[in-house]
Amino acid sequence: MRRWVLWVPLGLFAIFFAAFATGLIMPKDDIIQSRMVGKPMPEFSLPAAIDQRPALASSDLATGKPQLLNIFASWCLPCIAEAPQLLELERAGVDINAIAIRDRQEDITNFLTRWGNPYRRIGSDETSSVQLELGSSGVPETFVIDGNGVITHQHIGDIRKDDVAMLLEKLKEAE
Amino acid sequence: MKYFCLLLALMLSPPVFAQTGLPPAPLADRQLDDPVKEAAARNLMEELRCLKCQSQSIADSNAPMAGDMRSKVRERIAAGETPEQVRDWLVDRYGAWVTYDPPVSAITWPLWIAPVILLILAIWLARGRFRRKKDNE
Repeated sequence: MRRWVLWVPLGLFAIFFAAFATGLIMPKDDIIQSRMVGKPMPEFSLPAAIDQRPALASSDLATGKPQLLNIFASWCLPCIAEAPQLLELERAGVDINAIAIRDRQEDITNFLTRWGNPYRRIGSDETSSVQLELGSSGVPETFVIDGNGVITHQHIGDIRKDDVAMLLEKLKEAE
Repeated sequence: MKYFCLLLALMLSPPVFAQTGLPPAPLADRQLDDPVKEAAARNLMEELRCLKCQSQSIADSNAPMAGDMRSKVRERIAAGETPEQVRDWLVDRYGAWVTYDPPVSAITWPLWIAPVILLILAIWLARGRFRRKKDNE
């Protein structure tokens, strides 16, 4: 009987222990980055979400000027949290278009009346169809799109105060 | 009676509490008319990961987004795409992460190799044991 075989169970235990320990210690990272970053915007055409703003098609996202595409919904709480930051970006001269996910016209109208409307165009995506095309996995998300309609950056989650400068920087890089 | 009415009113107003007020996407919970295509779509759904509730497949999840994904899968299968084409379409957008049957790659090859290595190791260990028994006799 070779001596070293006796150590195999202990060795296996050490391997499993290390595997589970790293799993416990490592911070949970369940954010799914879109693989569409660096690719042109997929083609789509969505109906207008509210009467006060025009509809949104992919052709509106290649205007020669970098812009933001915000994915939001009136039923989404973090979307309220990011509303002031979107208004700030709009005041800074950024073009922001939006896609409302699984939403109703009256709810969107109420939401925008209450929290402000920084959007030029709002498309209504009732079955998350364009959201899936974009590789987006939740609301809110914000895409930076360059003048040719190529996605250059994806911001997942609400835009915090510190993110405003970063997004302005990304928009500048996209020029 | 007043309380009963209130209770009834609460019971009859689920959309107030729902995450989104909209009904599910058309094919989220409706089977395809063609049973072969429905079976193919169903099998694929069980291998696709829900983006919202990440430990579930989209077939198991009640999240509105999982419903939208199911609808998309059925729509594409009904339009004549193969399950592999639909899977690739999602992998192109979300990465191999979205499928429970990930392709062999630089990171995933141990998943396929590990069982083979363990089997070889087990056979080798078992062989040693059997042989020793014989020697003792």
